[in-house]
Amino acid sequence: MKHHTIISLFALIFFSVGNGQTINVCKDCPISDLAIAIELAQNNDTIVVSNDITTNKPIRINKNLTLIGNEYPIMDGMNEHEILTVQTDSFTIKGFKFQNVGQSFTKDHAAIRLIKSKKFKIESNQFENVYYGIFLEKCSKGLIKNNIIKGNATVEYKSGNGIHLWHCNNITIDNNKVSNVRDGIYFEFVDHSNVINNSSHDNLRYGLHFMFSNEDRYENNIFERNGAGVAVMFSKKISMHENKFLKNWGTASYGLLLKEIYDAEITRNTFEKNTIGINAEGSNRIEYLGNNFIENGWAVKILGACFDNNFTKNNFLNNTFDVAYSGRLNNNSFENNYWGEYSGYDLDKNGIGDVPHRPVKLFSYIVNQSPESIILLRSLMIDVLNFSEKVSPIFTPTDLYDSKPLMKKAL
Amino acid sequence: MLKIIRYSFFDLIRSSWSYVYLLFYLALGFVLLFLNNDISKSVITLMNIIIVLTPLIATVFGIMYYYDSREFIELLLAQPIKRTNIFLGQYLGITISLSMSLIIGLGIPFTFYGLLNSAAIWNFSMLLITGVFLNFIFVALAYNIALYNNNKIKGFSYVILLWLFMAVIYDGIFLISLFIFKDYPLDNFSLAATMFNPIDLSRILILLKLDISALMGYTGAIFKDFFGTMQGVIISLLTLGIWIIIPALNIYRKATKKDF
Amino acid sequence: MITIEKLHKKFGSLEVLKGIDLQIKSGGVFAILGPNGSGKTTLIKSMLGMVIPNSGDIWIQGENIKKQWRYRHQVSYLPQIAHFPKNLKVAELLKMIKNLKNKPCDETSLVATFNLAPFLNKNLGDLSGGTKQKVNAVLTFMVDNPIIIMDEPTSGLDPVSVLELKKIILAERAKGKTIIISSHILSFIEEISDEIVFLLDGNIYFKGSVSKLKENTNKSNFEEAIASILTTSYA
Repeated sequence: MKHHTIISLFALIFFSVGNGQTINVCKDCPISDLAIAIELAQNNDTIVVSNDITTNKPIRINKNLTLIGNEYPIMDGMNEHEILTVQTDSFTIKGFKFQNVGQSFTKDHAAIRLIKSKKFKIESNQFENVYYGIFLEKCSKGLIKNNIIKGNATVEYKSGNGIHLWHCNNITIDNNKVSNVRDGIYFEFVDHSNVINNSSHDNLRYGLHFMFSNEDRYENNIFERNGAGVAVMFSKKISMHENKFLKNWGTASYGLLLKEIYDAEITRNTFEKNTIGINAEGSNRIEYLGNNFIENGWAVKILGACFDNNFTKNNFLNNTFDVAYSGRLNNNSFENNYWGEYSGYDLDKNGIGDVPHRPVKLFSYIVNQSPESIILLRSLMIDVLNFSEKVSPIFTPTDLYDSKPLMKKAL
Repeated sequence: MLKIIRYSFFDLIRSSWSYVYLLFYLALGFVLLFLNNDISKSVITLMNIIIVLTPLIATVFGIMYYYDSREFIELLLAQPIKRTNIFLGQYLGITISLSMSLIIGLGIPFTFYGLLNSAAIWNFSMLLITGVFLNFIFVALAYNIALYNNNKIKGFSYVILLWLFMAVIYDGIFLISLFIFKDYPLDNFSLAATMFNPIDLSRILILLKLDISALMGYTGAIFKDFFGTMQGVIISLLTLGIWIIIPALNIYRKATKKDF
Repeated sequence: MITIEKLHKKFGSLEVLKGIDLQIKSGGVFAILGPNGSGKTTLIKSMLGMVIPNSGDIWIQGENIKKQWRYRHQVSYLPQIAHFPKNLKVAELLKMIKNLKNKPCDETSLVATFNLAPFLNKNLGDLSGGTKQKVNAVLTFMVDNPIIIMDEPTSGLDPVSVLELKKIILAERAKGKTIIISSHILSFIEEISDEIVFLLDGNIYFKGSVSKLKENTNKSNFEEAIASILTTSYA
């Protein structure tokens, strides 16, 4: 034990020569309390915390520090308070385990709250039983990576978000797992940020939620079994690539909810087994390219005021309804998609069906009018109705059709 | 009664119609799987066919067999056998042979394409179970019609009408009433209306297995509570059972009274 | 012994049997005659329980047959036209009926009598009407039942078979069985029957022996006697 202390002291002296010192915190170290270590530390110092240290008190930091946990030392909110509140330019935290953040109806208690940081890393931490997990206010140029966040949210009004960003920019959120909170990842006024390789599942509300955020990109994430997969609202220029939206089942459940958004790109995503794959409302100039819609209730539901959207090379497979459309006017184009239900032929063998495909069924219109009629799904009578509507459209938009349906799945 | 079941059964499985029926299902299974190679999707297509065609074939087959064997029934009536046993025995003989054609005809291609290792096996079993139920129900209904109508042409028209009503017209009326009363809560009405049509009921049962139950949740809590639970499946199956028992009891009742 | 009391049967509005009272004593050949639609077949079928009477009772061997079926263990029936399941073989049908009758049966000699051996392995659907009727006869006579009921037994049979049938009937009579026959072939009836009953419009018009009928109508010929009944009653 004595030996250990000597090494620590030696290290202390050694590193003090450099840019920043390293302060060790462990049970048998000279410093065995994280709060004291932080108080002692100077800007740019590193604090290494051993896992025999449990911190039960709220910690505040306003220096540029690096905190490193050795084998996940516990930081506990005792179900009462926020755990770590940081307001500084540069900050790194790695390898801690945060638990039991206090719930509050007046304050958004978080495991880590970062305020006005301009350069930060939050990496490889574990969060359990959190109210809010990571809460960023007015931060920029940061990385949130390899964290695992678990809440135990049961009702929306008593729960917080996993990763919550407010007025931030240039943040990268990479390879985190978020579950059982209200919104897995929440963006409000966040620009130029990336959400990649994350898994957000079993959350009460949304896997990922954008509000008033522009020019963001999310890619290669999995959103599974959330109240709704992803909601993008009042935002511009969002790119959504290669994400998976799975099993978002429920009365108002979507894979992807688009509301008042402009100029987005939605490419190569997979929507599987959602009640509604994409629910678009007031969304304009969106490119839907190469997405897979598999076994959804509604693959794409287009409500009012959607203009100039292009659906190209998407695959629609085994959805109950491929496209539902309210109203009879269509300003969106469908071309070169593969429709599993397409019953036409390709005589000239160019891979493109010779007869246009009408993806909107009369029955989806009927269900819109009278939801209970869903009970007649796949009834022979409904097939007859759908067929007659297909032959001469009365209730569905006449000009909504794919004039060049693919004969084989688009890759 | 077992003797009669056995004789009708063996008589039927030797008739060319049974083979046609069996081959039809075999071909259907293979063609579907060949074209799709996706068992889940084939199950959906198959559902459309089963809930429409099985009742049609069961009614037509049932009434045909009855009219065909009417003189033979007379021969049997002169034998020392209980009257009701003759009719119920024949009824069971037909349904069992029809159900076997269905199960074997669809079972072989699906087993061949690796059903047993597929997640679709439960969907597929539900498909076969409802198919068997539909056989029992519609042969019983056909027998009822046959017992009340000695005129073959009349009997056939009633049977076709019955099928048309159950498969299409009923749903049409259902839909229209949903629209007329759309300002009222209709969940319970819809549930009840489904129970009164075995084809609708079977369709719902299969759809439930095909994960549409969550889609039902779209409309409101009652559907979801009913269809989302095991209780819904059990009640539906029981109702199908009642659909067999009532016409079968009527066969029994009518059989003790009818003149030949 | 068969006793029929006040037997009424209506098909819809058509009254076919208008209160038949009849006693058929055990032993001998009893013929039921009458024009078409006089109720012969209905009467026979009532005895077999195939037609359910509106009112009245039938006792066979002392048992009221209403809603009963076991008495049919003592009754053999040869129907007018034979229709069998098409896909059964003759041998299978024989086996099946034997199985249903659940009594010792002797069909081998009958099969030989009617030359049915070559047909045993044929489907019933492939047989001619006459052959089917022979099969029918085998089914009827192979069991040793005290009562035999035949509805137009000669229809479709060739003369040789009719002769064989007659022989069999006489043999059965000799054994003391009760044989009830309805037929149009008067010569056949005259030859074999001990007693006849003549039905007309659902009532019994005459009951007694052939000779008594001739006596009553003052005709020496059976056919003429019958004809005279019909002409007088319809005159």
